[in-house]
Amino acid sequence: MQSASTDIATRAIGIINQLKDEEGPLLPILHDLQGEFGYVPQEALPLIAQALNISRAEVHGVVTFYHDYRDHPAGRHVLKLCRAEACQSMGGDAMAQKARELLGIDWHGTTSDGAVTLEPVYCLGLCACAPAAMLDGEVIGRLDAEKLEEIATEVRL
Amino acid sequence: MTITFFVPRDSGSLALGAEKVARKLQDEIVARNLDARIVRNGSRGMYWLEPMVEVETPSGRVAYGPVKPSDIASLLDTGMLEGGTHPLSLGLTDQLPFLAKQTRLTFARCGITDPVSLDDYRAHDGLKGLEKALALTPLEIVTQVTESGLRGRGGAGFPTGIKWKTVLDTAGERKYIVCNADEGDSGTFADRMIMEGDPFVLIEGMTIAGIAVGATKGYIYTRSEYPHAIAVMNEALAVARKAGVLGTSVLGSVHAFDIEVRVGAGAYVCGEETALLESLEGRRGIVRAKPPLPAHKGLFGKPTVINNVISLSSVPVILDKGPAFYKNFGMGRSRGTIPLQIAGNVRYGGLFETAFGLTLGEIVDDIGGGTATGRPVKAVQIGGPLGAYFPRELFDTPFDYEAFAARDGLIGHAGLVVFDDSVDMLKQARFAMEFCAVESCGKCTPCRIGSTRGVEVVDRLAANIEPEKQIKVLTDLCNTMKFGSLCALGGFTPYPVMSALTHFPEDFRPAPVAEAAE
Repeated sequence: MQSASTDIATRAIGIINQLKDEEGPLLPILHDLQGEFGYVPQEALPLIAQALNISRAEVHGVVTFYHDYRDHPAGRHVLKLCRAEACQSMGGDAMAQKARELLGIDWHGTTSDGAVTLEPVYCLGLCACAPAAMLDGEVIGRLDAEKLEEIATEVRL
Repeated sequence: MTITFFVPRDSGSLALGAEKVARKLQDEIVARNLDARIVRNGSRGMYWLEPMVEVETPSGRVAYGPVKPSDIASLLDTGMLEGGTHPLSLGLTDQLPFLAKQTRLTFARCGITDPVSLDDYRAHDGLKGLEKALALTPLEIVTQVTESGLRGRGGAGFPTGIKWKTVLDTAGERKYIVCNADEGDSGTFADRMIMEGDPFVLIEGMTIAGIAVGATKGYIYTRSEYPHAIAVMNEALAVARKAGVLGTSVLGSVHAFDIEVRVGAGAYVCGEETALLESLEGRRGIVRAKPPLPAHKGLFGKPTVINNVISLSSVPVILDKGPAFYKNFGMGRSRGTIPLQIAGNVRYGGLFETAFGLTLGEIVDDIGGGTATGRPVKAVQIGGPLGAYFPRELFDTPFDYEAFAARDGLIGHAGLVVFDDSVDMLKQARFAMEFCAVESCGKCTPCRIGSTRGVEVVDRLAANIEPEKQIKVLTDLCNTMKFGSLCALGGFTPYPVMSALTHFPEDFRPAPVAEAAE
């Protein structure tokens, strides 16, 4: 345990030091931490606070304000489904329902095998080819039941 | 002669399989030993045809679409290299009616050039606006922008030139240009298309703004949901720095200017300008009270121009062709062109840049071709999740800031989401409240609490619990949110709710339970 958290701290300090002299460095630091660890480790928060000379409460406030930052790792894949109006107009709600059934999880849930986390997203800018989704950063347009089934199988391989 | 193919790298095209098409085409080029290259352009904005592949021929660019990887071999077999015919042939791209009917000023190059080739950009009139700006005084630049009549394309419609003048007149040892690229409204994708399809025009516009007001640093604040736009923007910035468009001496002048991309973290409210500034500074995206205006005390308390992507990207053509040229397009106080984003349940969805003044009906029926499902259009939401739902009875409304305001709507960022007759407007009203509750920054009570109470009231309405009373409460609640909220999130959520209630009352009154038959 001790060594795991020391390792996190060492890697976190590296990221923090690289960015702390930028203007408004907090979001870039948090993005990079999440990029490195897959989530923002609690161990990093006091280190950020110290480096930026702000309170730990402020760091906590920022991390919890933004939807993107996680406090624990996601599944191996992350499937984001757009829930906004343009996608609703093309049957997005039905796709969301189907995705939850196929994967057996609700929004923000992760399948028990750790394969995939399902997240809502409000607009991917793919409103002229709705419904839209994003799988691990890859965009998907005109999502239908068939594509969704393919994805559900693919992520569990 | 080397043949040039174009396969878009726009997110919309990628979402429909453009990457696999490009890879297959590249494989075939190698296998057939063709003297050909593939340019990864932006999208022309016709998403029902994406992935749309083009080939350069002596008579112009010829388009094919929508292309699947399995179509590539047959396309090449039937003479695609010479623009030959094929079931997927669309003819000369420029003559496609959807494109031919547009007035592309801001999007003049989008989908045509290689987005990260500065040579391409220059060859298509790029940097002319900046070159002209460098020969003018700051005040002359600002005056030209003011005279063009350009208003904020993010939605607020505030005159861009006046904003710039305020920053120019405010003393400060450091000033900033902030580009609001936090395009979170459903139904909008113009900012994304510019960043992915013609990033240099945004760089040029921001640089002109910097020179005009005396700022040396610019930030583009965009969304984490836009990874491709971020990548193209960063590529283009590196090219611009290397070529001396950005840096300590912009195009060899005495002006210094540089730009950095910053990425948000999934908070819709950060599209509100003061919340955006807070976020850039590294804080929670909480809305600031105004005054002070960002023009006086903006980013890090310094005078700041904060403009939308499309506003800034419209500046180069204004400087290049003159304010009168730009102002000649449009109607009333809405001058110039507006990139309409036609989306949702629509047959021909995409980006259509045109002068202000088309009616909503012309946009939805004639350009959009009605619904994708073929059912009747029931409602169109204009201006994103905070925009009003308009019924067919209001289709004569011209696309103009004031005309929409006069009918209790807004044009916002010019996104239009079309719904067919299967939509339940009570559900849409509930969603508007729910979205506001999820995304509220929490600073002001009408937005934070009002939205949650709004969801509850709509739910009671749906359950037919004292419906008359609920409608009264909902109307009153909307009134409080509209006039009591600090920013447009709480202040405009009443637009979709009240428009749904006003124009589609039948959806809010469940059919009376049928009396038991005698």
